[in-house]
Amino acid sequence: MDTDTSTQTDDNAAPPPPPQPQPQPSTTTPKRLARGATRPGDRIFLALTRGSGILLLLVMAAIALFLSYRASLAISDDHGNFLTTFEWDTRGTEPRFGIAVLAVGTVVSAVIAMALAVPVAVAIALFLTHYAPRRLRGPIAYVIDLLAAVPSIVYGLWGALILVPHMNGLFGWLDDYLGWTGIFSWDEGAPRAMLTVGILLAIMILPIITNVSREVFRQVPRMHEEAALALGATRWEVVRLAVLPFGRSGVISASMLGLGRALGETMAVATVLSPDFDLHASLLDPGGGTFAQNIAAKFSEADVFGRDALIASGLVLFVITLLVNGAARLIIARRKEYSGAAA
Amino acid sequence: MSHTATATAATPPGSLRGARLPQWAPYAVAAGSVAAGLGISAAAGLHSSVQWALIAAVLYVVATYGLSARVEGRRQAEDRVATSFVWVAFLLAVVPLASLVWATVKRGVKVLDGYFLTHSMGVVGDAEPGGGIYHAVLGSLEQVGLATVIGAPIGVLTAIYLVEYGRGRLARAVTFFVDVMTGIPSIVAGLFVLSLMLMLDMQPFGFAGSLALAILMMPVVVRSTEEMLKLVPDELREASLALGVPKWRTVLKVVLPTSVGGITTGVMLAVARITGETAPVMLLVFGNPFINANPFEGAQASLPLYIYQQYAQSAGSPYAYDRAWAASLTLIAFVMILNLVARGIARWKAPKTGR
Repeated sequence: MDTDTSTQTDDNAAPPPPPQPQPQPSTTTPKRLARGATRPGDRIFLALTRGSGILLLLVMAAIALFLSYRASLAISDDHGNFLTTFEWDTRGTEPRFGIAVLAVGTVVSAVIAMALAVPVAVAIALFLTHYAPRRLRGPIAYVIDLLAAVPSIVYGLWGALILVPHMNGLFGWLDDYLGWTGIFSWDEGAPRAMLTVGILLAIMILPIITNVSREVFRQVPRMHEEAALALGATRWEVVRLAVLPFGRSGVISASMLGLGRALGETMAVATVLSPDFDLHASLLDPGGGTFAQNIAAKFSEADVFGRDALIASGLVLFVITLLVNGAARLIIARRKEYSGAAA
Repeated sequence: MSHTATATAATPPGSLRGARLPQWAPYAVAAGSVAAGLGISAAAGLHSSVQWALIAAVLYVVATYGLSARVEGRRQAEDRVATSFVWVAFLLAVVPLASLVWATVKRGVKVLDGYFLTHSMGVVGDAEPGGGIYHAVLGSLEQVGLATVIGAPIGVLTAIYLVEYGRGRLARAVTFFVDVMTGIPSIVAGLFVLSLMLMLDMQPFGFAGSLALAILMMPVVVRSTEEMLKLVPDELREASLALGVPKWRTVLKVVLPTSVGGITTGVMLAVARITGETAPVMLLVFGNPFINANPFEGAQASLPLYIYQQYAQSAGSPYAYDRAWAASLTLIAFVMILNLVARGIARWKAPKTGR
């Protein structure tokens, strides 16, 4: 498939060069007019708008640069291994700190959140576009839109004071029936564990994923659906054959948006989790930590060196989110080429 | 082949439709499985109160599939199971979200009154009753206001560049990095400004928070403005250009007025988003129980940060929790009002595309 498209784009790109050399002198004037940069007002306006675009790029570059610089100050003085040390001690004369626990905790909580949120969010999006009574669709979509705007600190407060006490039942049940796996064993501590964090994150990212998926499902060409219906498809078959294939790239991008938010979420994790610097096999035991939560928890007691160490862990989080987002964009861009005919 | 045979066997001869379950069948199955679930959990004395619902749900799906597959055929059965899964997912998601709103409203109204909105925490201990959020609201408004003054124009101008001029490598780079920037965790933006402050040896102050919030705001504004500008029909631009109007005047006088509603909406939604950001404010503005109206000097408070501090620094005092809920309610109300107004503007000023 890949080679096919690449040769195709090569074919498309190949024709232009030969004719270009001949009409060059004649095309310069219309080209410049079309760009509209000849008049002083135009030139100023273009410079202004282009300048803000460049400013955005500079900000991104500055973020990477400054974080790396401060991080290098901290890491060069780290007496442990920055990647594998199970400790976060920045106060002593021989500071030892490492991100192993944080990296694992961030990934685990995000994976739980995604596993719970994506199927449910896609189902809700389908509910809103294809299943709900027509009169209810507008109001429900509206409410979910608003829920996406609820600040994360409010989710954090709700999670810590209301969700956590309600998790005891679920944890007991998981321990009874799935405790033998080791992942779901519980020794009756407060349920401020990774699973609770994952569930809270799932609830938080649910509205975002739902909204974006719903927008995509709404854009499915009616002709595709009606064609499927005309062939005698049931509603589920319409969804499976016409809606989901069309919406796949949109769902992926929606999920990536949610993943980005889950990875970087600070306050909700900081309020719910009771952290420590150890790895736990069980998702139900309190402990562990995430990058963002660790920064929030350790910041107020940190001296300048301690802050640099936290910046170093933030840099890792930054790189991870960059990779996730970049990957999502590439997936979507490629899908767009394939589904371009359908759009 | 075999299941079509059974389906046609159940159909009365001469009818074009396959056999269907009666209208009341799903409800009957649902009632039956709920009863069975309750019965089983009562008999076995199970651990969690949610378990009977789980058993009932499993029974419902199995019974529906079995019954429907027998009477209507396998495809209809799959359809029914998918329908019930979609409904269950929706109801499942409603529970926590409704609980969140309900808890915030119910616990928030307890101490939310005029006194609460007009007093600070200056002489009130974290575990004592009384106090208010005036200082936090003031700090939030100043920080978010300054962030908007910086972030919104840059965002809108960048979007204009991308839609009206953007071709070539620079535009592609900007588009890509705007996308990437949307995903920056708020705490990373905070750490970036923090690293600047560490280098300049500065103490926390409100404007530092504004800078981080502006960084978070810009990509959101660019994205939404871009979408709005793309909705402006090309005929309008062409008509203006054909009359000899310079491009910059075309953009300012034709394109922007046409899309001003959508752009305002986008900016307001971005404002709503950054108002709730806690992490960068915690790193850069630090929090302050006293009223500090100067965002350029000294630590300030902020509404989301206030909620966090009331929760985390009060050692479980019920008064502090009450204040945290009341502040949450205020924050949610502010964000919701911004959202509603923004959507109202969007509807009111929607570009007339002539369709």
